[in-house]
Amino acid sequence: MSSKTINIKLKVWRQKDATTKGKFENYELSEISTASSFLEMMDVLNEKLVGEGNEPVAFDHDCREGICGMCSLFVNGHAHGPDTLVTTCQLHMRKFKDDETITIEPWRAGGFPVIKDLMVDRNAFEKIMQAGGFVSVSTGGVPDANAIPIPKKDSDEAMDAASCIGCGACVATCKNSSAMLFVSAKVSQLALLPQGKLEASRRAKNMVAVMDELGFGNCSNTGACEMECPKGISLAHIARLNREFLVATIKE
Amino acid sequence: MSSFFTSSIGKKFLMSVSGLFLVVFLAVHLTANLFILGGPDAFNQSAHFMGTNPIITLMQPILAFGFLLHIIYSLIIQIKNWKSRPVKYKKVDQSETSTWASRNMIWLGIFVFGFLTVHIINFFYVIKFGEMNMITVNGVEMEDSYKLVAGLFTDFGAISYIYSAVYIISFIALGLHLHHAFWSAFQTLGLSNIAWRKRLSVLGDIYAIIVAAGFTIIPLYFLLF
Repeated sequence: MSSKTINIKLKVWRQKDATTKGKFENYELSEISTASSFLEMMDVLNEKLVGEGNEPVAFDHDCREGICGMCSLFVNGHAHGPDTLVTTCQLHMRKFKDDETITIEPWRAGGFPVIKDLMVDRNAFEKIMQAGGFVSVSTGGVPDANAIPIPKKDSDEAMDAASCIGCGACVATCKNSSAMLFVSAKVSQLALLPQGKLEASRRAKNMVAVMDELGFGNCSNTGACEMECPKGISLAHIARLNREFLVATIKE
Repeated sequence: MSSFFTSSIGKKFLMSVSGLFLVVFLAVHLTANLFILGGPDAFNQSAHFMGTNPIITLMQPILAFGFLLHIIYSLIIQIKNWKSRPVKYKKVDQSETSTWASRNMIWLGIFVFGFLTVHIINFFYVIKFGEMNMITVNGVEMEDSYKLVAGLFTDFGAISYIYSAVYIISFIALGLHLHHAFWSAFQTLGLSNIAWRKRLSVLGDIYAIIVAAGFTIIPLYFLLF
Protein backbone atom coordinates (compact mmCIF):
# COMPACT_ATOMS: atom_id res chain seq x y z
CA MET A 1 0.00 0.00 0.00
CA SER A 2 1.37 3.34 -0.94
CA SER A 3 2.29 5.46 2.02
CA LYS A 4 1.23 9.03 2.52
CA THR A 5 1.25 11.31 5.51
CA ILE A 6 -1.58 12.72 7.62
CA ASN A 7 -1.92 15.44 10.21
CA ILE A 8 -3.75 14.43 13.36
CA LYS A 9 -5.05 15.92 16.58
CA LEU A 10 -4.73 13.85 19.74
CA LYS A 11 -6.78 13.96 22.90
CA VAL A 12 -4.72 11.95 25.39
CA TRP A 13 -5.54 11.00 28.98
CA ARG A 14 -2.76 12.26 31.28
CA GLN A 15 -2.62 11.18 34.90
CA LYS A 16 0.45 11.68 37.10
CA ASP A 17 -0.08 8.60 39.25
CA ALA A 18 -2.76 6.29 40.65
CA THR A 19 -3.99 8.79 43.22
CA THR A 20 -3.86 12.04 41.23
CA LYS A 21 -6.88 13.13 39.23
CA GLY A 22 -6.23 12.93 35.50
CA LYS A 23 -7.37 15.00 32.55
CA PHE A 24 -7.25 15.08 28.76
CA GLU A 25 -4.42 16.97 27.03
CA ASN A 26 -4.57 18.01 23.39
CA TYR A 27 -1.63 17.50 21.06
CA GLU A 28 -1.12 17.96 17.33
CA LEU A 29 1.15 15.89 15.12
CA SER A 30 1.91 16.59 11.50
CA GLU A 31 3.18 14.40 8.68
CA ILE A 32 2.55 11.05 10.35
CA SER A 33 3.16 8.24 7.86
CA THR A 34 0.04 6.14 7.26
CA ALA A 35 2.35 3.10 7.08
CA SER A 36 3.44 3.58 10.69
CA SER A 37 1.80 1.73 13.55
CA PHE A 38 -0.24 3.46 16.23
CA LEU A 39 2.52 2.94 18.80
CA GLU A 40 5.12 4.37 16.41
CA MET A 41 2.89 7.43 16.22
CA MET A 42 2.92 7.50 20.04
CA ASP A 43 6.74 7.31 19.90
CA VAL A 44 6.77 10.33 17.58
CA LEU A 45 4.54 12.17 20.06
CA ASN A 46 6.87 11.28 22.95
CA GLU A 47 9.98 12.32 21.00
CA LYS A 48 8.28 15.65 20.41
CA LEU A 49 7.29 16.00 24.09
CA VAL A 50 10.79 15.13 25.31
CA GLY A 51 12.28 17.57 22.76
CA GLU A 52 10.08 20.28 24.22
CA GLY A 53 11.16 19.39 27.74
CA ASN A 54 7.82 17.83 28.69
CA GLU A 55 6.95 14.53 30.34
CA PRO A 56 6.37 11.78 27.71
CA VAL A 57 3.09 9.85 27.70
CA ALA A 58 3.39 6.54 29.58
CA PHE A 59 1.83 3.58 27.73
CA ASP A 60 2.33 -0.18 27.88
CA HIS A 61 4.04 -2.03 25.03
CA ASP A 62 6.52 -4.82 24.54
CA CYS A 63 6.80 -7.14 21.52
CA ARG A 64 5.02 -4.86 19.05
CA GLU A 65 4.06 -7.85 16.93
CA GLY A 66 0.66 -8.58 18.43
CA ILE A 67 1.45 -11.58 20.60
CA CYS A 68 2.59 -10.38 24.02
CA GLY A 69 -0.63 -8.78 25.24
CA MET A 70 1.16 -5.82 26.75
CA CYS A 71 -0.19 -2.94 24.65
CA SER A 72 -3.63 -1.61 25.39
CA LEU A 73 -5.24 1.81 24.69
CA PHE A 74 -8.90 2.65 24.15
CA VAL A 75 -8.76 4.52 20.83
CA ASN A 76 -11.79 6.43 19.54
CA GLY A 77 -14.19 4.36 21.62
CA HIS A 78 -12.69 0.96 20.76
CA ALA A 79 -10.26 -1.31 22.61
CA HIS A 80 -7.11 -1.53 20.44
CA GLY A 81 -8.63 1.04 18.09
CA PRO A 82 -10.96 0.83 15.10
CA ASP A 83 -9.43 -2.19 13.32
CA THR A 84 -10.55 -5.77 14.08
CA LEU A 85 -8.44 -8.72 15.25
CA VAL A 86 -5.38 -6.58 15.93
CA THR A 87 -3.65 -5.18 18.99
CA THR A 88 -2.80 -1.49 19.15
CA CYS A 89 0.79 -2.18 18.05
CA GLN A 90 -0.55 -3.74 14.84
CA LEU A 91 -3.00 -0.94 14.18
CA HIS A 92 -1.90 1.20 11.24
CA MET A 93 -2.27 4.95 10.96
CA ARG A 94 -3.90 4.39 7.56
CA LYS A 95 -7.03 3.57 9.55
CA PHE A 96 -7.31 7.29 10.38
CA LYS A 97 -8.23 10.25 8.24
CA ASP A 98 -6.30 13.46 7.67
CA ASP A 99 -7.12 16.07 10.36
CA GLU A 100 -8.93 13.46 12.45
CA THR A 101 -9.15 13.94 16.21
CA ILE A 102 -8.11 10.73 17.97
CA THR A 103 -9.19 10.19 21.56
CA ILE A 104 -6.83 7.92 23.53
CA GLU A 105 -7.88 6.60 26.94
CA PRO A 106 -6.54 3.91 29.26
CA TRP A 107 -8.55 0.71 29.90
CA ARG A 108 -11.31 1.78 32.28
CA ALA A 109 -12.31 -0.85 34.84
CA GLY A 110 -12.46 -1.19 38.59
CA GLY A 111 -10.22 -4.24 38.27
CA PHE A 112 -7.61 -2.30 36.23
CA PRO A 113 -6.60 0.85 38.15
CA VAL A 114 -4.53 3.44 36.26
CA ILE A 115 -0.84 3.49 37.19
CA LYS A 116 0.12 6.48 35.07
CA ASP A 117 -1.28 8.14 31.95
CA LEU A 118 -2.37 5.25 29.72
CA MET A 119 -0.82 2.44 31.77
CA VAL A 120 -3.13 0.29 33.87
CA ASP A 121 -2.42 -2.35 36.50
CA ARG A 122 -3.51 -5.70 35.06
CA ASN A 123 -2.24 -7.79 37.99
CA ALA A 124 -5.83 -8.89 38.57
CA PHE A 125 -5.39 -11.27 35.61
CA GLU A 126 -2.27 -12.76 37.23
CA LYS A 127 -4.19 -13.31 40.46
CA ILE A 128 -6.96 -15.09 38.57
CA MET A 129 -4.35 -17.31 36.86
CA GLN A 130 -2.70 -18.10 40.20
CA ALA A 131 -6.06 -19.36 41.46
CA GLY A 132 -6.20 -22.19 38.94
CA GLY A 133 -4.99 -21.33 35.46
CA PHE A 134 -2.48 -24.18 35.40
CA VAL A 135 -2.10 -27.96 35.35
CA SER A 136 -0.43 -29.31 38.50
CA VAL A 137 2.78 -31.16 37.67
CA SER A 138 3.08 -34.69 39.03
CA THR A 139 6.52 -36.03 39.92
CA GLY A 140 8.10 -38.84 37.94
CA GLY A 141 9.72 -39.26 34.57
CA VAL A 142 9.09 -37.06 31.56
CA PRO A 143 5.94 -38.38 29.84
CA ASP A 144 6.25 -39.62 26.27
CA ALA A 145 5.10 -37.25 23.60
CA ASN A 146 1.73 -38.21 22.09
CA ALA A 147 1.15 -40.79 24.86
CA ILE A 148 -2.32 -39.31 25.32
CA PRO A 149 -4.24 -39.19 22.04
CA ILE A 150 -6.26 -35.99 21.64
CA PRO A 151 -8.89 -35.54 18.90
CA LYS A 152 -7.96 -32.87 16.36
CA LYS A 153 -11.19 -30.96 17.03
CA ASP A 154 -10.43 -30.71 20.77
CA SER A 155 -6.83 -29.68 20.29
CA ASP A 156 -7.89 -27.03 17.76
CA GLU A 157 -10.48 -25.62 20.11
CA ALA A 158 -8.05 -25.65 23.02
CA MET A 159 -5.50 -23.87 20.84
CA ASP A 160 -8.09 -21.24 19.88
CA ALA A 161 -8.72 -20.59 23.58
CA ALA A 162 -4.98 -20.57 24.30
CA SER A 163 -4.46 -17.80 21.76
CA CYS A 164 -5.76 -15.37 24.43
CA ILE A 165 -2.87 -13.01 25.18
CA GLY A 166 -4.43 -11.59 28.36
CA CYS A 167 -4.40 -8.00 27.12
CA GLY A 168 -7.67 -7.11 28.87
CA ALA A 169 -9.50 -5.71 25.83
CA CYS A 170 -12.53 -7.81 26.83
CA VAL A 171 -12.73 -6.13 30.23
CA ALA A 172 -12.08 -2.71 28.72
CA THR A 173 -14.83 -3.18 26.13
CA CYS A 174 -17.47 -4.87 28.29
CA LYS A 175 -20.11 -2.43 29.49
CA ASN A 176 -19.93 -4.26 32.84
CA SER A 177 -16.10 -4.55 32.93
CA SER A 178 -16.56 -8.31 33.11
CA ALA A 179 -13.51 -10.57 32.84
CA MET A 180 -15.54 -13.60 31.73
CA LEU A 181 -14.01 -13.89 28.24
CA PHE A 182 -10.47 -13.96 29.66
CA VAL A 183 -11.36 -16.44 32.43
CA SER A 184 -13.35 -18.62 30.04
CA ALA A 185 -10.42 -18.79 27.59
CA LYS A 186 -8.04 -19.79 30.37
CA VAL A 187 -10.47 -22.39 31.73
CA SER A 188 -11.26 -23.75 28.24
CA GLN A 189 -7.70 -24.17 27.03
CA LEU A 190 -7.13 -26.67 29.85
CA ALA A 191 -10.63 -28.14 30.32
CA LEU A 192 -10.66 -29.31 26.69
CA LEU A 193 -7.54 -31.44 27.11
CA PRO A 194 -7.21 -34.70 29.11
CA GLN A 195 -4.30 -33.28 31.13
CA GLY A 196 -6.42 -30.37 32.29
CA LYS A 197 -9.72 -32.20 32.78
CA LEU A 198 -8.66 -33.67 36.14
CA GLU A 199 -8.67 -30.27 37.83
CA ALA A 200 -11.40 -28.72 35.68
CA SER A 201 -13.99 -28.32 38.45
CA ARG A 202 -11.60 -26.90 41.02
CA ARG A 203 -10.09 -24.60 38.41
CA ALA A 204 -13.42 -23.12 37.30
CA LYS A 205 -14.59 -22.54 40.87
CA ASN A 206 -11.37 -20.97 42.13
CA MET A 207 -10.78 -18.73 39.12
CA VAL A 208 -14.38 -17.43 39.16
CA ALA A 209 -14.15 -16.79 42.92
CA VAL A 210 -11.04 -14.63 42.48
CA MET A 211 -12.53 -12.91 39.43
CA ASP A 212 -15.60 -11.97 41.52
CA GLU A 213 -13.42 -10.62 44.34
CA LEU A 214 -11.35 -8.32 42.15
CA GLY A 215 -14.08 -5.89 41.14
CA PHE A 216 -15.01 -7.16 37.69
CA GLY A 217 -18.70 -6.97 36.73
CA ASN A 218 -21.11 -9.72 35.68
CA CYS A 219 -21.27 -10.97 32.10
CA SER A 220 -24.51 -10.04 30.35
CA ASN A 221 -23.68 -11.81 27.06
CA THR A 222 -23.67 -8.69 24.88
CA GLY A 223 -20.84 -10.22 22.86
CA ALA A 224 -18.86 -6.96 22.58
CA CYS A 225 -15.76 -8.66 24.09
CA GLU A 226 -15.64 -11.24 21.32
CA MET A 227 -15.92 -8.51 18.68
CA GLU A 228 -13.09 -6.41 20.17
CA CYS A 229 -10.81 -9.32 21.14
CA PRO A 230 -7.60 -9.06 19.07
CA LYS A 231 -7.47 -12.86 18.98
CA GLY A 232 -11.16 -13.46 18.23
CA ILE A 233 -11.78 -15.57 21.36
CA SER A 234 -15.30 -16.99 21.01
CA LEU A 235 -18.22 -16.43 23.36
CA ALA A 236 -18.67 -20.22 23.23
CA HIS A 237 -15.85 -20.42 25.78
CA ILE A 238 -18.00 -18.43 28.23
CA ALA A 239 -20.75 -21.03 27.81
CA ARG A 240 -18.16 -23.70 28.60
CA LEU A 241 -17.01 -21.82 31.71
CA ASN A 242 -20.63 -21.54 32.89
CA ARG A 243 -21.04 -25.27 32.27
CA GLU A 244 -17.83 -26.12 34.14
CA PHE A 245 -18.88 -23.91 37.03
CA LEU A 246 -22.38 -25.41 37.28
CA VAL A 247 -20.99 -28.97 37.07
CA ALA A 248 -18.41 -28.14 39.74
CA THR A 249 -21.21 -26.89 42.02
CA ILE A 250 -23.35 -29.98 41.47
CA LYS A 251 -20.37 -32.30 42.09
CA GLU A 252 -19.77 -30.76 45.52
CA MET B 1 -23.31 -24.76 47.43
CA SER B 2 -23.72 -21.72 49.69
CA SER B 3 -21.11 -19.81 47.70
CA PHE B 4 -22.92 -20.62 44.45
CA PHE B 5 -25.73 -18.08 44.82
CA THR B 6 -23.35 -15.30 45.84
CA SER B 7 -21.02 -15.96 42.87
CA SER B 8 -21.48 -13.98 39.66
CA ILE B 9 -22.39 -17.10 37.66
CA GLY B 10 -24.77 -18.31 40.41
CA LYS B 11 -26.68 -15.02 40.40
CA LYS B 12 -26.95 -15.12 36.63
CA PHE B 13 -28.08 -18.75 36.88
CA LEU B 14 -31.06 -17.52 38.92
CA MET B 15 -31.72 -14.81 36.31
CA SER B 16 -31.70 -17.43 33.53
CA VAL B 17 -33.90 -19.98 35.27
CA SER B 18 -36.46 -17.39 36.43
CA GLY B 19 -36.32 -15.78 32.97
CA LEU B 20 -37.01 -19.05 31.16
CA PHE B 21 -39.87 -19.70 33.59
CA LEU B 22 -41.32 -16.31 32.64
CA VAL B 23 -40.86 -17.23 28.97
CA VAL B 24 -43.13 -20.25 29.53
CA PHE B 25 -45.62 -18.06 31.43
CA LEU B 26 -45.78 -15.58 28.53
CA ALA B 27 -46.59 -18.38 26.09
CA VAL B 28 -49.46 -19.62 28.31
CA HIS B 29 -50.75 -16.07 28.89
CA LEU B 30 -50.66 -15.26 25.18
CA THR B 31 -52.49 -18.47 24.26
CA ALA B 32 -55.28 -17.69 26.77
CA ASN B 33 -55.49 -14.10 25.53
CA LEU B 34 -55.76 -14.89 21.84
CA PHE B 35 -59.16 -16.50 22.46
CA ILE B 36 -60.36 -12.89 22.42
CA LEU B 37 -60.23 -13.06 18.61
CA GLY B 38 -62.94 -15.75 18.86
CA GLY B 39 -65.41 -13.31 20.44
CA PRO B 40 -66.78 -12.67 23.95
CA ASP B 41 -67.89 -16.22 24.73
CA ALA B 42 -64.62 -17.83 23.70
CA PHE B 43 -62.56 -15.32 25.70
CA ASN B 44 -64.76 -15.52 28.79
CA GLN B 45 -64.51 -19.29 28.78
CA SER B 46 -60.73 -19.05 28.38
CA ALA B 47 -60.49 -16.56 31.27
CA HIS B 48 -62.83 -18.67 33.40
CA PHE B 49 -60.73 -21.76 32.73
CA MET B 50 -57.53 -19.88 33.70
CA GLY B 51 -59.19 -18.49 36.82
CA THR B 52 -60.53 -21.81 38.08
CA ASN B 53 -57.97 -24.38 36.89
CA PRO B 54 -56.20 -25.79 39.99
CA ILE B 55 -52.79 -26.03 38.25
CA ILE B 56 -52.98 -22.36 37.23
CA THR B 57 -54.10 -21.41 40.76
CA LEU B 58 -51.20 -23.39 42.20
CA MET B 59 -48.75 -21.72 39.80
CA GLN B 60 -49.81 -18.16 40.71
CA PRO B 61 -47.66 -17.76 43.84
CA ILE B 62 -44.76 -19.53 42.07
CA LEU B 63 -45.15 -17.07 39.19
CA ALA B 64 -45.09 -14.12 41.59
CA PHE B 65 -41.93 -15.59 43.14
CA GLY B 66 -40.41 -16.00 39.65
CA PHE B 67 -41.09 -12.35 38.85
CA LEU B 68 -39.65 -11.16 42.17
CA LEU B 69 -36.53 -13.31 41.82
CA HIS B 70 -35.93 -12.03 38.27
CA ILE B 71 -36.46 -8.39 39.25
CA ILE B 72 -34.46 -8.44 42.51
CA TYR B 73 -31.49 -10.28 41.01
CA SER B 74 -31.49 -8.05 37.93
CA LEU B 75 -31.03 -5.06 40.25
CA ILE B 76 -28.34 -6.77 42.35
CA ILE B 77 -26.40 -7.72 39.21
CA GLN B 78 -26.93 -4.35 37.51
CA ILE B 79 -25.76 -2.32 40.51
CA LYS B 80 -22.56 -4.36 40.70
CA ASN B 81 -22.08 -3.86 36.95
CA TRP B 82 -22.49 -0.09 37.24
CA LYS B 83 -19.97 0.01 40.09
CA SER B 84 -17.39 -2.05 38.21
CA ARG B 85 -16.33 0.92 36.06
CA PRO B 86 -15.76 3.80 38.53
CA VAL B 87 -14.28 6.12 35.88
CA LYS B 88 -16.26 6.18 32.63
CA TYR B 89 -14.88 6.49 29.12
CA LYS B 90 -15.17 9.84 27.38
CA LYS B 91 -15.71 8.18 24.03
CA VAL B 92 -17.31 4.74 23.63
CA ASP B 93 -18.56 3.22 20.40
CA GLN B 94 -20.51 0.00 20.97
CA SER B 95 -22.88 0.33 18.04
CA GLU B 96 -21.06 -2.25 15.93
CA THR B 97 -19.98 -4.66 18.64
CA SER B 98 -23.25 -5.43 20.43
CA THR B 99 -26.99 -5.02 19.94
CA TRP B 100 -28.86 -2.07 21.44
CA ALA B 101 -31.21 -4.46 23.25
CA SER B 102 -28.35 -6.37 24.89
CA ARG B 103 -26.91 -3.13 26.28
CA ASN B 104 -30.26 -1.86 27.56
CA MET B 105 -31.80 -4.94 29.16
CA ILE B 106 -32.23 -3.18 32.50
CA TRP B 107 -34.11 -0.24 30.94
CA LEU B 108 -36.29 -2.51 28.80
CA GLY B 109 -36.93 -4.55 31.93
CA ILE B 110 -37.85 -1.48 34.00
CA PHE B 111 -40.22 -0.34 31.25
CA VAL B 112 -41.89 -3.76 31.14
CA PHE B 113 -42.09 -3.73 34.95
CA GLY B 114 -43.88 -0.37 34.80
CA PHE B 115 -46.37 -1.88 32.39
CA LEU B 116 -46.74 -4.96 34.59
CA THR B 117 -47.74 -2.76 37.54
CA VAL B 118 -50.43 -0.96 35.52
CA HIS B 119 -51.54 -4.27 34.05
CA ILE B 120 -51.95 -5.94 37.46
CA ILE B 121 -54.02 -2.97 38.72
CA ASN B 122 -56.19 -2.95 35.57
CA PHE B 123 -56.87 -6.65 35.21
CA PHE B 124 -55.57 -9.04 37.86
CA TYR B 125 -56.66 -6.90 40.82
CA VAL B 126 -60.08 -6.10 39.32
CA ILE B 127 -60.82 -9.73 38.42
CA LYS B 128 -59.63 -11.06 41.79
CA PHE B 129 -60.87 -8.40 44.17
CA GLY B 130 -63.01 -5.92 42.21
CA GLU B 131 -66.67 -5.82 41.16
CA MET B 132 -67.17 -7.86 38.00
CA ASN B 133 -70.26 -8.22 35.83
CA MET B 134 -71.38 -11.81 35.77
CA ILE B 135 -72.67 -13.57 32.65
CA THR B 136 -73.71 -17.09 31.80
CA VAL B 137 -71.98 -18.96 28.98
CA ASN B 138 -73.21 -22.48 28.11
CA GLY B 139 -75.03 -22.66 31.43
CA VAL B 140 -71.97 -21.73 33.54
CA GLU B 141 -71.95 -18.44 35.42
CA MET B 142 -68.63 -16.58 35.09
CA GLU B 143 -67.05 -13.10 35.22
CA ASP B 144 -67.47 -11.02 32.07
CA SER B 145 -63.71 -10.60 31.49
CA TYR B 146 -64.30 -9.67 27.85
CA LYS B 147 -66.22 -6.56 28.88
CA LEU B 148 -63.33 -5.51 31.14
CA VAL B 149 -60.74 -5.89 28.36
CA ALA B 150 -62.88 -4.38 25.61
CA GLY B 151 -63.83 -1.52 27.97
CA LEU B 152 -60.22 -0.52 28.64
CA PHE B 153 -59.37 -0.45 24.94
CA THR B 154 -62.54 1.27 23.68
CA ASP B 155 -64.72 2.93 26.37
CA PHE B 156 -62.58 5.85 27.50
CA GLY B 157 -62.10 7.86 24.29
CA ALA B 158 -58.64 9.45 24.10
CA ILE B 159 -57.46 7.61 27.23
CA SER B 160 -58.20 4.30 25.56
CA TYR B 161 -56.03 5.33 22.61
CA ILE B 162 -53.21 6.30 24.95
CA TYR B 163 -53.64 3.05 26.87
CA SER B 164 -53.52 1.08 23.62
CA ALA B 165 -50.35 2.92 22.56
CA VAL B 166 -48.66 2.27 25.92
CA TYR B 167 -49.73 -1.38 25.68
CA ILE B 168 -48.20 -1.76 22.21
CA ILE B 169 -44.97 0.07 23.08
CA SER B 170 -44.62 -2.11 26.19
CA PHE B 171 -44.80 -5.26 24.12
CA ILE B 172 -42.27 -3.92 21.64
CA ALA B 173 -39.98 -3.34 24.65
CA LEU B 174 -40.71 -6.88 25.85
CA GLY B 175 -39.95 -8.21 22.37
CA LEU B 176 -36.57 -6.44 22.38
CA HIS B 177 -35.92 -7.75 25.90
CA LEU B 178 -36.65 -11.31 24.71
CA HIS B 179 -34.53 -10.81 21.57
CA HIS B 180 -31.44 -10.83 23.82
CA ALA B 181 -32.86 -12.73 26.81
CA PHE B 182 -33.77 -16.01 25.16
CA TRP B 183 -30.35 -16.89 23.79
CA SER B 184 -28.60 -15.28 26.75
CA ALA B 185 -30.44 -17.53 29.25
CA PHE B 186 -29.17 -20.67 27.52
CA GLN B 187 -25.66 -19.23 27.26
CA THR B 188 -25.59 -18.58 31.02
CA LEU B 189 -26.76 -22.12 31.72
CA GLY B 190 -23.86 -23.35 29.59
CA LEU B 191 -26.24 -24.76 26.99
CA SER B 192 -24.69 -23.06 23.98
CA ASN B 193 -21.75 -23.31 21.62
CA ILE B 194 -20.86 -21.77 18.25
CA ALA B 195 -23.54 -23.72 16.34
CA TRP B 196 -26.28 -23.51 18.98
CA ARG B 197 -25.74 -19.80 19.51
CA LYS B 198 -27.07 -19.12 16.00
CA ARG B 199 -29.95 -21.59 16.39
CA LEU B 200 -30.97 -20.24 19.79
CA SER B 201 -30.73 -16.64 18.54
CA VAL B 202 -33.09 -17.45 15.66
CA LEU B 203 -35.47 -19.36 17.94
CA GLY B 204 -35.38 -16.47 20.43
CA ASP B 205 -36.15 -13.95 17.71
CA ILE B 206 -39.08 -16.02 16.44
CA TYR B 207 -40.40 -16.30 20.00
CA ALA B 208 -39.89 -12.57 20.65
CA ILE B 209 -41.79 -11.67 17.46
CA ILE B 210 -44.65 -14.06 18.29
CA VAL B 211 -45.00 -12.59 21.81
CA ALA B 212 -44.73 -8.94 20.73
CA ALA B 213 -47.02 -9.36 17.70
CA GLY B 214 -49.43 -11.68 19.51
CA PHE B 215 -50.13 -9.28 22.36
CA THR B 216 -50.15 -6.27 19.99
CA ILE B 217 -52.97 -7.86 17.97
CA ILE B 218 -55.34 -7.42 20.94
CA PRO B 219 -55.49 -3.58 21.12
CA LEU B 220 -55.28 -3.41 17.31
CA TYR B 221 -58.29 -5.74 17.09
CA PHE B 222 -60.33 -3.38 19.28
CA LEU B 223 -59.04 -0.22 17.58
CA LEU B 224 -59.68 -1.42 14.06
CA PHE B 225 -62.84 -3.53 14.38
